[in-house]
Amino acid sequence: MSQPTPINWAAIEADPRFQHLHRRKNRFLWSLMAFSLFYYFLLPLGSAYTPELFRQQVWGPLNVGLLFALSEFIVAWGVAVLYSRRANREFDVLAAEIVATYSPAKPSAGARHE
Amino acid sequence: MNKSLVLFLMLLPGMTLAADNVGAVAPQYRFLTFLVFGAIIALTMFVTYRAARRVHSASDFYTAGGGISGLQNGWAIAGDYLSAASFLGIAGLISLYGYDGFMYSVGFLVAYITVLLVIAEPCRNIGKYTLADILAYRNDPKKTRVAGALSVITVSTIYLTAQMVGGGVLVKTLIGIEYEISVVVVGILMLAYVLFGGMVATTWVQIIKAVLLVLASLLLVVLVWAPYGFSLPGFLGAAVSDPKVQAQVARLIGDPASTMTAEQLGQRFLEPGLYLKDPLDQISLGLALVLGTAGLPHILMRFFTVPTAQEARKSVIWAMAIIGGFYVLTIFLGLGSAINVGAPAISAIDKGGNMAAPLLAQYLGGGADSVLGNLFLAFVAAVAFATIVAVVAGLVLAAASAIAHDIYVGVIRDMHVTPQEQVRAARISTVVVGILAITIGIAAKGQNVAHLVGLAFAVAASANLPCIVLTLYWRRCNTGGIIAGMVVGTFSAIAMVLVSPNMTYPNKVRTDSEKIVATATLERDALMQRFADATAEEQITMQTRLDKLQKDLAKAQEDLQKVAGQTTSMVGLEQPLVALKNPGIVSIPLGFLAVFFGSLLWRRDPRADALWDEVYVRQNTGIGASKTQQH
Repeated sequence: MSQPTPINWAAIEADPRFQHLHRRKNRFLWSLMAFSLFYYFLLPLGSAYTPELFRQQVWGPLNVGLLFALSEFIVAWGVAVLYSRRANREFDVLAAEIVATYSPAKPSAGARHE
Repeated sequence: MNKSLVLFLMLLPGMTLAADNVGAVAPQYRFLTFLVFGAIIALTMFVTYRAARRVHSASDFYTAGGGISGLQNGWAIAGDYLSAASFLGIAGLISLYGYDGFMYSVGFLVAYITVLLVIAEPCRNIGKYTLADILAYRNDPKKTRVAGALSVITVSTIYLTAQMVGGGVLVKTLIGIEYEISVVVVGILMLAYVLFGGMVATTWVQIIKAVLLVLASLLLVVLVWAPYGFSLPGFLGAAVSDPKVQAQVARLIGDPASTMTAEQLGQRFLEPGLYLKDPLDQISLGLALVLGTAGLPHILMRFFTVPTAQEARKSVIWAMAIIGGFYVLTIFLGLGSAINVGAPAISAIDKGGNMAAPLLAQYLGGGADSVLGNLFLAFVAAVAFATIVAVVAGLVLAAASAIAHDIYVGVIRDMHVTPQEQVRAARISTVVVGILAITIGIAAKGQNVAHLVGLAFAVAASANLPCIVLTLYWRRCNTGGIIAGMVVGTFSAIAMVLVSPNMTYPNKVRTDSEKIVATATLERDALMQRFADATAEEQITMQTRLDKLQKDLAKAQEDLQKVAGQTTSMVGLEQPLVALKNPGIVSIPLGFLAVFFGSLLWRRDPRADALWDEVYVRQNTGIGASKTQQH
């Protein structure tokens, strides 16, 4: 389905700038992913195996369990914001440089958007 | 003997009322629901009419020409994702089981982390119209298209069945419209949007529905929280000290309740363990949610509607804000209805608690006899109806694109089609899938579909996600891996559910129902004995109890009839083979392993290797993508 393009993919792949982008991006997003999964599964595990802790009342009827469940929302939003800031500031810039170098027809096409 | 016969006759009116379910909306106020729903239909039809003029190409039909902005797409994702199950269901779970209902909702939000980090941007950069486009990019196009399309059709059909059957039941409970009529109305409306307006209209239906849903929830939360001065401990304290909440907890935990104070019982409502009891099953469900959302074809498809990877990213951020915010609001809706409506009234109409939010709306508007209360209820009912239509539209579009774009255009016609033929194929497939959805909805009437949504997520997580992730991120992945992953992931998830406790096991139903019949008959007879001697006041409570017993008896006898003469489940089992209700924890690793070994065992695939650089560079940089969509 893909039309033959004049873009030299192997050259981009071998470009140190691409290697740099891909290494930084992969390390960042897979570690965020692992952290998010870990943090998420603390909730069912905690509620099943540390019920005493979850029962502790912190502020009136508000207990650790409720606070922890609420923190899941905060952490999920935090991870999302963290990723998108990093992607906007760093990954997009790196990608745009590569696109500008290798795009044959329109140097500005593709990823350049704020 | 004679006396009890008279009493039995006295029970009859109560029975007929219970049997003839009139719905939460009283008949005289039904016109309000129709009015509100009519307004929503008018608005969405207007949008469809305008959209229809813009649908010329397959790209317009499947992806709105890639012209949806990140903000719009974020709302549309929320509209696509927040089905009636999460909108009414989770508020209901919280109203009946407190903490566990809230905990249940968390996975639905965390799921979007996977979507954001792993799926959204690469899919935007690589894909065109369908999930199979991504798989076919560097693998054998025909083989992987068939595998991908079949999986998309499987997941969409399972999810669609849950939506059509669940939706039909819900509309009946809510408004009292006949099941078949509501299935047909949902089907026809959805067809009108998708057929004429394609993805543009579908997107706007989802946006409008999501906005209405959030507005309605916000209004209700303000009304229910205001009396406590918007204090969180104040509001929670009201739930803890509410006698209805305490009674509900006592009912749920049984014997241990007798040793607890009222305050302790109330506090127990805010602690885990009233609904979700098996941690392994919870983790299994959690895995399916967190990994499956990113493999749901109708959600994936939404990322082809935005022009760039940056907009795709922005749309997930918006979707997470809206979806997460909505789930936070449901805590207040759930607890609010536990306090104001009470568990007995909620589960009297619907055992699953789906009526918690609608009844809370009615209460906050002034109660069952007030016009405002019924207007509120009508509004929530209309939004629920719109929700079913919006979700079904997204599903049908995803399934139709798999049939038209992948199977017909990609495999049968080998991509040699004119643009007109493409759009025609898309429309014909839409009609076929739409009619199929209506047929399934009517044929599956009365079936228990509660576990089907979980199964759809499990199949998506076990088949679609491993295939997409590995073809995007693993150089050695190839056609063999994709086929193996799709087959093993799909079948292992479905097979595990078929032998799980989710199925109906006649022997168990018989034992349970016979027990209910025996105890209920005993209690009924005892009550009837004492009825004549009781005071008028006591008679009223006794009559309520008798009505309830009569209902339970009728239900148990109906169940007994259903399983009469049967001893084994659908797949010939007398009892479940596995204790897990959610297959994810087994089927997801199997899916990943299948892609891994399938790829290694398949003959070396020079195409997959040769195109790896291109796929990897494209998905990371967006180079060469979406030029056609740039204006």
